Amino acid sequence: MRRRVFLVAGIVLVLLVVTVALVSLFWTPFPAADTTGGRLEGPGAHHLLGTDKLGRDLLTRLMIGARIAMAVGAGAVALGALLGGLAGLLAAFANRWLDDTLAALLDILIAFPTLLLAMLVVAARGASLGSAIVAIGLAMAAIVARLTRVLAKRVLAMDYVTAARTSGLSWPRIVTAHVLPNIWPTLVVNLALQFGLAVLAEASLSYLGLGPPPPNASWGRLLQEAQSTVLTAPVGAIAPGVLLVVLVVGVNLLADGLRDVADPTRRRHR
Amino acid sequence: MTRYLVRRAALLVGTLLLASIVLFVLLRLLPGDPANALLSVGATPDQVAAARHQIGTDRPLPAQFGHWLGQLATLHFGTSFVSSLPVGPEIVSRLAVTVPLTLAAFVLAVVVAVPVGFVAAHRSHTWYGAVVGVVSQLGIAVPAFWLGLLLVWVFALHLRVLPAGGFPPYGWSTPGDAMRALVLPVVTVALVMAASLIRYVRSATLDVLGSDHLRTARALGSSFVGAMWRHGVRNAAVPVVSVLGIELATTFLGAVVIESVFALPGLGSMLVRGIAQHDYPVIQGVLFVSTFAVLIVGFLADVAQRLIDPRLRTGRL
Repeated sequence: MRRRVFLVAGIVLVLLVVTVALVSLFWTPFPAADTTGGRLEGPGAHHLLGTDKLGRDLLTRLMIGARIAMAVGAGAVALGALLGGLAGLLAAFANRWLDDTLAALLDILIAFPTLLLAMLVVAARGASLGSAIVAIGLAMAAIVARLTRVLAKRVLAMDYVTAARTSGLSWPRIVTAHVLPNIWPTLVVNLALQFGLAVLAEASLSYLGLGPPPPNASWGRLLQEAQSTVLTAPVGAIAPGVLLVVLVVGVNLLADGLRDVADPTRRRHR
Repeated sequence: MTRYLVRRAALLVGTLLLASIVLFVLLRLLPGDPANALLSVGATPDQVAAARHQIGTDRPLPAQFGHWLGQLATLHFGTSFVSSLPVGPEIVSRLAVTVPLTLAAFVLAVVVAVPVGFVAAHRSHTWYGAVVGVVSQLGIAVPAFWLGLLLVWVFALHLRVLPAGGFPPYGWSTPGDAMRALVLPVVTVALVMAASLIRYVRSATLDVLGSDHLRTARALGSSFVGAMWRHGVRNAAVPVVSVLGIELATTFLGAVVIESVFALPGLGSMLVRGIAQHDYPVIQGVLFVSTFAVLIVGFLADVAQRLIDPRLRTGRL
């Protein structure tokens, strides 16, 4: 029962950010590049949350940041799930030699932290929203691939799969009929957690100045810009961080809740 | 155990070799010619060719790779394309910032997380357990750089008790200043690390507390502490040690961002500069040292797990 509360709380928090992101597509208080406000104004009637050091409306920038966070999270997860899922299945089905090689490669890629990999990709492609998604998605693919491989191998070792194989079922059919239905709950929970990590990774990337450039900048960039003016304009250094935490906590609660729904045996623990 | 150590060490060397190939190839896939970094705009093709020859990028890739491996085997990291200074000594001087930062944060995180996580599991149905659950849930969602920013705001700008960033020019020859410079970065990293560690310690302890053998030990009359000590701690330690290894490695590499929050001259800022300047020897050197550190930590964590859990040694699980 308590778990159900967490699941609902997670859904509410995520929906909150999703709504803000969707609204920002159609309406923001000011245009993104509008610099007509005073510099570092405090919260007031005209600019609800105040302005940054170039006179841009903070609320507007936060709303656009929500859109970017969602785009990066969704894009990176989609890319990571597709590439990682395929690579993981390939390794699980491959012969011993290819499987060992892929497993070792994945271990190295995972030892290579997301952020460093992302920095290399950004260095190659230039800082943009697309680079951030590709970079984080690629790093995520390695993690998803390793998980998929382990899960798929566990299913492939089952007697009913051996039976299916000996009865001549093709391997695409085995994947759709036996492997995917058994592994997707665990995968989905993991992808939800990865969504949160992707948002955090993008924020770090942007903080280092390697994310999408302004005016359509992410929360990480807003924090970096606000760092030097934290004494005069504290809202700018607090609000983006709070939103980041809201989104990531929401996604994590959602993942925890989903796990309990997907796997009843875990419920007795807490 | 000796046979295992030899095999595991061989795997370590093999992985390191493979990693260096991946690193090397990945870097060469980056667009942009490092020779351009050496020249001014409008250099003639002859000058570009000469620059390429000077830094050795005109040679075939296998030859470049062999040259690099040869240097590594003798613990040389080559010279920077841009500054012509040897990369090795700079890495060493920057490790003097990054390694103390990582290790101090790691120790602090473990000292905080292990007791807190343990008690949270033991008292999981009280308000203490609930509070710890909420705090660690929040903790894993807080980006480290934001926490750092907030700590700077409170302790450096508001209370003015600690420096906001930077590292003393003479480094560790002024130990007091160097340590003061590292206090906020260490606390930042440690808090973030502790938040996720607490969760693992808590769930590992919960697993043990719910196990049949611990209940039996209690039924046979062992005190809680006695039963935990004899039958619980070892079991709970196995998963925690493997997470510890991953956490330590992540922190070492995550130092890139924290170093930039606090303007520390560590490996992270060296890497960022190297990437911006297409300075292959610098990028290769830093990433190689980082990968090496990560793999060594993984090696130690695996060995520690075997020492703790005899079942892993006999292969009977």
